[in-house]
Amino acid sequence: MAMTVHCDIVSAEQEIFSGLVEMVVAPGIEGPLGVIYGHSPLLTELEPGPIRVKKHGGEEEIYYVSGGYLEVQPYHVTVLADTALRAGDMDEAAALQAQEDAKKALANQSSEFDYSRAAIQLAEASAQLRTLQSIRKKLGSNK
Amino acid sequence: MAGAKEIRTQISSIKSTQKITSAMEMVAASKMRRAQERMEVGKPYATRIRKVVGHIANANPEYQHKYLESREVERVGYILVSTDRGLCGGLNINLFKQAIKAMKGWSDAKVEVDLCLIGAKAAAFFNSFGGNVVATTRDVGEAPSLEDLIGSVKVMLDGYSEGKIDRLYLVSNEFVNTMTQVPSIKQLLPLEAEPNEKLKHNWDYIYEPSAQDLLEGLLIRYIESQVYQAVVENAACEQAARMVAMKSATDNAGDLIDGLQLVYNKARQAAITQELSEIVGGAAAVSS
Repeated sequence: MAMTVHCDIVSAEQEIFSGLVEMVVAPGIEGPLGVIYGHSPLLTELEPGPIRVKKHGGEEEIYYVSGGYLEVQPYHVTVLADTALRAGDMDEAAALQAQEDAKKALANQSSEFDYSRAAIQLAEASAQLRTLQSIRKKLGSNK
Repeated sequence: MAGAKEIRTQISSIKSTQKITSAMEMVAASKMRRAQERMEVGKPYATRIRKVVGHIANANPEYQHKYLESREVERVGYILVSTDRGLCGGLNINLFKQAIKAMKGWSDAKVEVDLCLIGAKAAAFFNSFGGNVVATTRDVGEAPSLEDLIGSVKVMLDGYSEGKIDRLYLVSNEFVNTMTQVPSIKQLLPLEAEPNEKLKHNWDYIYEPSAQDLLEGLLIRYIESQVYQAVVENAACEQAARMVAMKSATDNAGDLIDGLQLVYNKARQAAITQELSEIVGGAAAVSS
């Protein structure tokens, strides 16, 4: 049986997940990283993207975070998410629309335009889409 | 019957006041439930981030962030969370008393105090009481948002980073239950490490990206989340205190009305008796 660690995913709005997991895969700022039992202590910022949680027993769940922090202790993983969504709640159409809007906004930069905000919007929208696509892939492979 | 008429108008005016207070009580009760929910919802994040920061304070980092160093105290900062509206019993005044007591302790030790006030009541109070107010935020409303608070919190954090203030405290009401709210003063900066036996050994995190950037962001987020949680909790306290205050006001109005009703009845009865005796006296005079 695989060793498990306790994992908590919380956002400012609510507690999203809490329980024993075999592995957590999170979008760290310097690349995606997987955390399993006995990982050495680590602190990292998170990029917008999917967090994959392999629960005790092998079942997988995917959450979406739009940034935040990840703390790893040998027996405990904490995700302090800015906003985390259960990926099932996410609407692909809305994500696509947001991505379009952000791209458009980037394309016609006017003088008063806030470039960095649009870049963030774009990153978030594409991260949401990536999350949805990974869910779809998972569902497809299960069939 | 002049006396009786006056009493009647008095009774009706107290009755309308009672209607208002009982309506306010019910409004506060329903708002309290929502405020309490908001408080509960934010709690997991606040406790988790406090735990993480506790771990950081116990680590032996290569880079010592200034939020973790304690300096000699020459000036302290207080973030004071109050309500925007009154009519909530002694909630604000109890809190101010605590804060003033603590501030007096500092000024006796020749330490100056900077104030950051959240809520209109605190602003009004310290305007007349005096005190070095460096930032105020008011009208945060029933559903406070973090964006409203960031500005004034940043003033204090910048003050700390630049060495203007050497300690930062947070003063707010703690929600125990509907009947009890306790004023509390918490130290925000420098971060106090809770001694943790499990984390005693010499260790440090792996930081991604650099420790400096990461800690800066995380610790600011920590302070903001603590202040936000305090504001949300204070909002729940406000509604609870208002509910209790309005309930006792309604009860008191009822007692007043009962008392006045008794006086009114007596006055009316006296008038009737007098009238009767006049009639009887008049009739006796005619018939004799």
